[in-house]
Amino acid sequence: MSSPQPRRAAVLGGNRIPFARSNSAYAQASNQDMLTATLDGLVARFGLQGQQVGEVVAGAVLKHSRDFNLTRESVLGSRLAATTPAYDVQQACGTGLEAAVLVANKIALGQIESGIAGGVDTTSDAPLAVGDDLRRALIELNNARTLKDRLRAIGRIRPGSLVPEIPRNAEPRTGLAMGDHQAITAREWEISREDQDQLTVRSHRNLAAAYDRGFLDDLVTPYLGLTRDQNLRPDTTVEKLAKLKPVFGKDDPAATMTAGNSTPLSDGASAVLLSSDEWAAEHGLPVLAHLVDAQTAAVDYVHGGEGLLMAPAYAMPVVLARNGLTLQDFDFYEIHEAFASTVLATLKAWEDPAFCKERLGLDAPLGAIDRDKLNVNGSSLAAGHPFAATGGRIVASLAKQLHEAGSGRRGLISICAAGGQGVVAILES
Amino acid sequence: MSDWYTSFANSGVGSTLVKQLGLPRPAVLRRYEPGQQLLPGPAVVGSAGEGRLRATLTAVLRDAGVAVLSPAAADGAGDGERPAAVVLDATGLTGPAQLAAAHDLLAPAVKRLRPTGRVLVLADPPATADSPAQAAARQALEGLVRSLAKELRAGSTANLVFVPEGAEASLASPVRFFLSGRSAYVDGQVLTLSAADVPAGEDAERPLAGKVAVVTGAARGIGASIARVMARDGAHVVAVDVPAAGESLAAVANEIGGTAFQLDITAPDAAARLVTHLRERHGGVDVVVHNAGITRDKLLVNMDAARWNGVMAVNLQAQLDLTRALLDADGVLRPGARVVCVSSQSGIAGNRGQSNYAASKAGVIGMVRAWAPEFAERGATVNAVAPGFIVTEMTATMPLGTREVGARINSLQQGGLPVDVAETIAWLSSPTAAGVNGQVVRVCGQSMLGA
Repeated sequence: MSSPQPRRAAVLGGNRIPFARSNSAYAQASNQDMLTATLDGLVARFGLQGQQVGEVVAGAVLKHSRDFNLTRESVLGSRLAATTPAYDVQQACGTGLEAAVLVANKIALGQIESGIAGGVDTTSDAPLAVGDDLRRALIELNNARTLKDRLRAIGRIRPGSLVPEIPRNAEPRTGLAMGDHQAITAREWEISREDQDQLTVRSHRNLAAAYDRGFLDDLVTPYLGLTRDQNLRPDTTVEKLAKLKPVFGKDDPAATMTAGNSTPLSDGASAVLLSSDEWAAEHGLPVLAHLVDAQTAAVDYVHGGEGLLMAPAYAMPVVLARNGLTLQDFDFYEIHEAFASTVLATLKAWEDPAFCKERLGLDAPLGAIDRDKLNVNGSSLAAGHPFAATGGRIVASLAKQLHEAGSGRRGLISICAAGGQGVVAILES
Repeated sequence: MSDWYTSFANSGVGSTLVKQLGLPRPAVLRRYEPGQQLLPGPAVVGSAGEGRLRATLTAVLRDAGVAVLSPAAADGAGDGERPAAVVLDATGLTGPAQLAAAHDLLAPAVKRLRPTGRVLVLADPPATADSPAQAAARQALEGLVRSLAKELRAGSTANLVFVPEGAEASLASPVRFFLSGRSAYVDGQVLTLSAADVPAGEDAERPLAGKVAVVTGAARGIGASIARVMARDGAHVVAVDVPAAGESLAAVANEIGGTAFQLDITAPDAAARLVTHLRERHGGVDVVVHNAGITRDKLLVNMDAARWNGVMAVNLQAQLDLTRALLDADGVLRPGARVVCVSSQSGIAGNRGQSNYAASKAGVIGMVRAWAPEFAERGATVNAVAPGFIVTEMTATMPLGTREVGARINSLQQGGLPVDVAETIAWLSSPTAAGVNGQVVRVCGQSMLGA
């Protein structure tokens, strides 16, 4: 099936701030602070001061109620022209990539010539909510007209209602933490602790090497004194990681998932500049890659017996078939490391004839990939994973990697998301 | 980063107190602002001997709307307007006897010079003199100008420009610079022009319009000031600094409408990356300002290899490597390119505890002089600017005594500002400064160090 797109959107580059560990360097920064700083870094890199781009699309997973117009407010605080339209999206950890797809699609359709896709998240400046009892009492108090009504409303408040609701990294429909869900998947696919730790070490080493060779010089702008990702441990080893105790799926004596081979809670933001080829040429900006196609999928992890983070496994054959490609037709693979076991389970599923036949409806498995092409500049295990910021980090980094490798190179992105969702995309230089 | 003492000495109470205590009274310098007149009053133009630059001088002053007074009028008994500048054309000197004419012109005019006035002497270079007597007369002017610069008060400066036969067309740009507020902290300097194709029709307000200028070390201090002045003069500035300084670099780039390029200039592939960036994003470059520099002070006997090598790598080797790469990259360095390298007073005078830094900055001077002929062949120029005591974040951390002494031991009795260095660099970068090549311009208020 041929792609119906009249033109492909170009990826011109990106910017992100270094990712910080939760309640650390960015503890005092809000989502809007970080997204604004990230947009300003992008503006500085590409000389967009006072310019209007077609649209800015970004989002956050953890949002305060005041952030209802987060992206537009960030644009207004940035050096972009105040006449630049913006809107928010939210698809859990898929937010950043989905935002890029949305911008690219409008460019492809000729509705805009340029756009910025991004994402931001803070687990430090998290939105605490009051409990439903207290919230109802406060609303009643606000509506009360007489002293008697006010006193009655206040009287309804119990000490127990004062405990705030802290956002949890848990699935509302199962009550299980994402890591505990993934622990089930890891067990089902028999992903060993050692394999997970090895993948983790590789992520740290690859990211450290990328920093050392200056690969991130035009992808990252320091923020609040942080110049590199705070979670990065260049000297970590399988031996060191082996000492960590499991933190997820602990009911299983053979639990494998630790704080080392799972991404930590983190704060950060990213943004990607996309445009038509014509806009890029007019502005003297080289095209790094084109966004070829993308696909989302969702799985029924509540009742359907599928793992929470396995949706990308389903999205992949759809996008491959639509573009006449096999899983092996790529020079680089970016599989988001929510957990080391997510990457390994996904790869194993694509190699598994039974899974590919029964779940994906394929005659033959998608097969194995060359692991040397996987996450060559590190991924979320090393960088950290501010939920909505990960997509932008990956798109910009992969586009640059493809550009460096030469023209006609292909890269594949796979990102799993809460709610049993997944987004995959193809980039080509 | 204001100079508290200068502000104090010029305040109501401060001025009285300073006068009574016999302390130095540094003047508020006349610094350039867009739209400013070249001079705040008329200029006296005269000659010693058969000067050949009168026509050029008159044209420059007339174009700038400056009234020209004859020496006789300036000598008037207290009536008439006081001059804001005295320009002496001494290109006709044949021997020391004619120097008396220089004295005759300068003495009465300088006496009536306004505050923040300018004295500019033009002469033929001693090296091309026909006789020892002529060379002596020409060289004598250096002593005259340097002494006069020390005698002048109230923020006035004196400078000397040697104009070889055939380099007359190169004169207009330095004359404008030395008379204007752009040269506020340039004092007691001697410059030698060379013959060059000088483009006509420069926009005085935006001489760098349409130019692409790279400024290294642009995230803060003098570099940020250079970036601002270059942008004010019309250039698109590619602001370069180490990735770790990226946050303030982006702020500078956004403030001036430039672009931020994070680059460690000592990385093995730095030159290649800069060349690629300039070619892909801007199709080439017109101006390169090598400003990035570091200090790692220690007495020579206590200095480790890291301190020595680090300073050399950033301050000297990177300037050599980046410049070489730009010269070699086909078409990247545009015709009429300008390269300005930041040296230092330490590179001229030496400084205790700075053998590494001073070596690197002296090396910059050697590099510029050696490269000048190759640049001239391309219609380009390469020059060095050597700042003296410039008030920055760095000097703010010095002990009070050291800082105040450092700031006062120059003819203007005050430290310079980053913008003073920036103005000089922007001038050397301008198209009409084509005849200034291989020169070292000190921005030091005629510092007593290394003079």
